[in-house]
Amino acid sequence: MALLEIQNVTRRFGDFTAVDNVSIGIEAGEFFTLLGPSGCGKTTLLRMIAGFDLPDGGRILLKGEDLVDRPPERRPMRMVFQSYALFPHMTVEGNVAFPLQMAKTPASEISAKVEAALEDVRLTGFDKRYPHELSGGQRQRVAIGRALVTHPSVLLLDEPLAALDAKLREEMQIELINLQKEVGITFVYVTHDQTEALALSHRIAVMNKGRIEQLDVPSKIYGFPKTRFVADFIGHINLLSGSVSERQGGVITLAVEGLGPVRVTSASPISVGGAGTIALRPEKIRIQSSAPTDSPDNHYRGTVGDLLYMGDVTVYKVSIPGGTRIEALLANSQSGRAKFFEIGDAVEVSWPVDAGHLIEE
Amino acid sequence: MIVVAVHTPSRLGRWLVSGPPLAYLIVFFALPSLIMVLASFRTPGEFGGLAPLIEEGKLDLNLESYARFFSESVYAQIFLKSFGYALLTTLFCITLAYPLASLIARSSRRYRDLLLLLVILPFWSNFLIRIYAWMILLGPNAALARTVNRVLAWFGHDPVPLLFSAFAVLVCLVYVHLPFMVLPLYANLEKHDQALLDAAQDLGANAWQRFWRITFPLSLPGVYAGAALVFIPAFGIFAIPDILGGPEDSLIGNVIKQQFLETRDWPFGSVLSIVLTVVALAFAGLAAWVARGNLRTPSSARGSRA
Repeated sequence: MALLEIQNVTRRFGDFTAVDNVSIGIEAGEFFTLLGPSGCGKTTLLRMIAGFDLPDGGRILLKGEDLVDRPPERRPMRMVFQSYALFPHMTVEGNVAFPLQMAKTPASEISAKVEAALEDVRLTGFDKRYPHELSGGQRQRVAIGRALVTHPSVLLLDEPLAALDAKLREEMQIELINLQKEVGITFVYVTHDQTEALALSHRIAVMNKGRIEQLDVPSKIYGFPKTRFVADFIGHINLLSGSVSERQGGVITLAVEGLGPVRVTSASPISVGGAGTIALRPEKIRIQSSAPTDSPDNHYRGTVGDLLYMGDVTVYKVSIPGGTRIEALLANSQSGRAKFFEIGDAVEVSWPVDAGHLIEE
Repeated sequence: MIVVAVHTPSRLGRWLVSGPPLAYLIVFFALPSLIMVLASFRTPGEFGGLAPLIEEGKLDLNLESYARFFSESVYAQIFLKSFGYALLTTLFCITLAYPLASLIARSSRRYRDLLLLLVILPFWSNFLIRIYAWMILLGPNAALARTVNRVLAWFGHDPVPLLFSAFAVLVCLVYVHLPFMVLPLYANLEKHDQALLDAAQDLGANAWQRFWRITFPLSLPGVYAGAALVFIPAFGIFAIPDILGGPEDSLIGNVIKQQFLETRDWPFGSVLSIVLTVVALAFAGLAAWVARGNLRTPSSARGSRA
């Protein structure tokens, strides 16, 4: 049995079902992320784990014990709030000591434990400062130190990096990964930022409308999205919808309107005539002036409609005469020039049959 | 970045805006205070009021009224008693206002305005009328006095009068000053961040610990503001002990009023007024000083230094 078991948990607010029959098992030491757009139910689920809200149906178990009768102050879990929720009238030391005092830790042990927690979050020497004397990143670390000082079994993090600027966010991501490895505590992380989820997590549950769309490791979530929603929500993607016109071995041919036949390798049992969507990442698409016509790959002629030069990469939106637009990503690494093509250039886009991923409708 | 054009108001404009209130304060506050300070050094007139300032070509200023204040302990005692009443009033007001203010702060927006309106509703009727109303409520034939005395009779106690007593004075003092405690406390509590209480609970604090360690310390600026607003007027009040108190319940306000209107010893009345003002200012200063010590941190978690 997993450390934290969420079993068929449902939560309704009036007619609105915020969390709809969700089941997850989170293992000890895991960095687990609940990912989804706002209103998908991820924060509601986190608050139920913390005990601030109770499920209308289902159970939440920690080490096999049902938590329903335990209020938040009696659950061995700690939450890091999006606003940090540091006590403004206490110093850093006072904030970090607070949970120890609540746990009736002998006064003689408190200062050593506070010291150790501040060292974990790299804030040694900041103990006499007040929260308003700290930067956003430092406040964030105090919040994490305060949550970790009592060595909880689970740390719950509610969009903890959302208030930080991009550069600091990346630094804190690396710190969080290292910290989690170091302390070995299970992290349950809530975010709407897919890059953050991919970078941090061991496993991700992608949530939409209160349900889990897909639960898997980051590379599978990105590379093999199970549903159209997951494909669309995680990163940029081309979604080519059509019906199956041919099945031959492991290769399925999909008739895509506005583009033509597209071939894709798939183990899916989908039959001829069935509806499907090919999910194709822009970075897997080649873009050239011309392609060898005898190539086994999918290849289509078009013109560059739009391009976004982003420094390290350039995004090309290629218009195919049938009306489809294909988004392709080209690294600028091998080029002495800033970009390869200009708007209006005739190009050929192509991709191997195993580059795409078939989603059944 | 947003560029805000800062208009420096012209000197004339500034004076036009701040001049009238300033003139008002000078004419009706600073000057009378000065006249009172001067009066405290003068000799009382033979038939009340003040003796001429210049007598036989000599300026008649002396410290006799001050000497009298410091030599007769009865006045210090009355000051102490008034201080005690004001302090008790403040403490009762804090105790009663805190739950009320937090109830209002936590109620939904729909009811909040209504509840606040109810708190200030008593101001709509005249101060004296409200005090006289207490005369009826506490009177010997009112239900309250009858019930109290019936209960006392069960225990074999003689009946007690509620009216014209220290009890009546204190009840009315608390009643009159309660809104001045509720409003600043509400204004403070309403700004508290629920996330702080959630965090405290998550970190293991029970309801009492959340109140005592988080809500109460963060509400202290509101408590101090309310305490100053209650204590200072309660300290100098004379109408309530006049109407509801017995002869033993005279407070410093009553003595000052007596000096000016009955004994007609203006210099001594001025001395008492000055001492009252100095003590009240000292208390307000103390409250501000304590509050500043606790105001080092803003009341919201994300707040920055002002």
